[in-house]
Amino acid sequence: MLLLVVTTASLGGALSNIREAVEESSDFIFLKLFTTSGSAIYSFATFMAFLGPLAGITLGFDAVSNERSQGTLNRLAAQPIYRDSIINAKFLAGSTVIFLTVFMLGFYISGMGLMLIGIPPSGEEVLRIFAFLLFTWVYISFWLALSIIFSVVCKHAATAALASMSIWLFLSLFMSLVASAVANSIFPTSGIAGFANISSNYSATLALNRISPYYLFSEAATTILNPNVRSIGMVTMSQLSGAIAGPLPFSQSLLLVWPHLVLMIALVIAGFAIAYIAFMKQEIRA
Amino acid sequence: MTERIILETHDLTKQYDDVTAVDHLNLSVREGEVFGLLGPNGAGKTTTTLMLLGLTEPTSGSAIIDGMDCVRQSIQIKSTVGYLPDNVGFYPDLTGRENLRFTGQLNGLSPQVCEQRIDRLLERVDMTYAADRKAGTYSRGMRQRLGIADVLMKDPRVIIMDEPTLGIDPEGMRELISLIRRLSTEDGRTILISSHQLYQIQQICDRVGIFVSGKLIACGPIKELGKQLESEGSYILELSAEPDDGMLEKKLSALEGVRSVTRQDDLIHVDSSRDIRPELMPLLMDGGYQLLHLHLRGGDLDEIYRRYFEKAGESSEHPTAEKKRPGLLEQLQKKRG
Repeated sequence: MLLLVVTTASLGGALSNIREAVEESSDFIFLKLFTTSGSAIYSFATFMAFLGPLAGITLGFDAVSNERSQGTLNRLAAQPIYRDSIINAKFLAGSTVIFLTVFMLGFYISGMGLMLIGIPPSGEEVLRIFAFLLFTWVYISFWLALSIIFSVVCKHAATAALASMSIWLFLSLFMSLVASAVANSIFPTSGIAGFANISSNYSATLALNRISPYYLFSEAATTILNPNVRSIGMVTMSQLSGAIAGPLPFSQSLLLVWPHLVLMIALVIAGFAIAYIAFMKQEIRA
Repeated sequence: MTERIILETHDLTKQYDDVTAVDHLNLSVREGEVFGLLGPNGAGKTTTTLMLLGLTEPTSGSAIIDGMDCVRQSIQIKSTVGYLPDNVGFYPDLTGRENLRFTGQLNGLSPQVCEQRIDRLLERVDMTYAADRKAGTYSRGMRQRLGIADVLMKDPRVIIMDEPTLGIDPEGMRELISLIRRLSTEDGRTILISSHQLYQIQQICDRVGIFVSGKLIACGPIKELGKQLESEGSYILELSAEPDDGMLEKKLSALEGVRSVTRQDDLIHVDSSRDIRPELMPLLMDGGYQLLHLHLRGGDLDEIYRRYFEKAGESSEHPTAEKKRPGLLEQLQKKRG
């Protein structure tokens, strides 16, 4: 519900500003629906990066602890089913819901956008939108897996919710501060040596930032939705010389964020694996 | 009742860090009997039931139900063994009927069999009137009865119940107990009940096992356990007489074989190593007392329970120290006498 409202709001914001955006460049108008933000409202992609985790956490934080406090977990475990099917089902159900929600929102934006701006998306744009929605799905699934871990480990649903939320807040808001602080202390950019350190400072910040799935997703989403993003990370002047300014084809954009996707999928699998092992080793008692 | 052993454990042990919850348990339950597992809280009853179901892995030893190993074949075990946990829970958003249907589906019943069985079982546990209400609105007694229906959904041969009578009002308790009894007599199911509530167990169990800190210290039919105690020379007489002047107690303790005379409100408890009833009457007559109440304890489970716990150096409700004191007093008195 919250996501739907937010999506509508961001769509409104995008529509109000799309005229200006189009004046700047007339390529890939349809994608701008997802990335353009209104004066007071963030764009859809930003909202997904920021509020998507909340949706994942909501679906997962009481998955196991709720069963336990209701007293249904041991009744369930006493049925002739394997124990892992319980945790598998929890994750698959949540992940399916996320998939449906994300794609529904994506289609909602596209449909409304189509009606309101009247410009059909090109084939490449459709592909890019699908890729973006898939990324979003994987990204939110990570948060689902994380909150399921906490719901297995914590006795109370409230503890699990708070723990997941604090991780979410830390990774989305404070990780960049921490990253630059750490990078600055390792490679100080002031003083005589500072000049030499600029490059390593930047890559250290970037590497630390990329620990956070929030940053990974934002980077990937920008690259996918904005064909004009040609590179992530640092580009030197010598690399830039001779480059022709122009949008990248879809396959090249995808190639650029392929490591991001792999890493995010790995994070989801790792998160789920931890939850799975914790659950299987746990005692089931009232 | 047949003599076939359906449930067996061999040296079943469960170790939690430095606590041994269940210590080399050897238990055998015959097919079709109602077996009561008695013991104070924390004696390891729940751990035992969980190990029988394969929900907890034993540290060592094995448990076998109907020829199947409880650790290796836990799926088969779980389809023949029904488990009613204490404080059984249901999904509050689903109705009672939907909750049962879910269990039926988990057990792989076909929809037709499932519906038929739901109707029959709801009728049996007298829950038809509330079947289409949300389970979140049920009272504890209703949940417990729905729990029994839930266990019966899979048509189990063995039913394990963990504290089934806890927190239920007397009327509900009576119904529940007759229901459990009928499960054994009418359907021939084997039932294992773990509980610390003695009177209910006494009413329905064929045999009981007394369980203290992970060890089974006594096992057998209730009457036999009583006799076992009597043969060890322990008689407890409960009496009250008029006039209640305090002289009676002195006279009683002067009798041969009397170990202690204690007073609880109006009742005088006489602990003796032999039956003093034949001498009691003349004693009362001479003193001009009128007998108001006389009861020889020892045959009921309460006494058996207490005795065994004392023997094991444990108490049913209180920490060890409190109950040891009367034991020490008795010893002192023994030395004097």
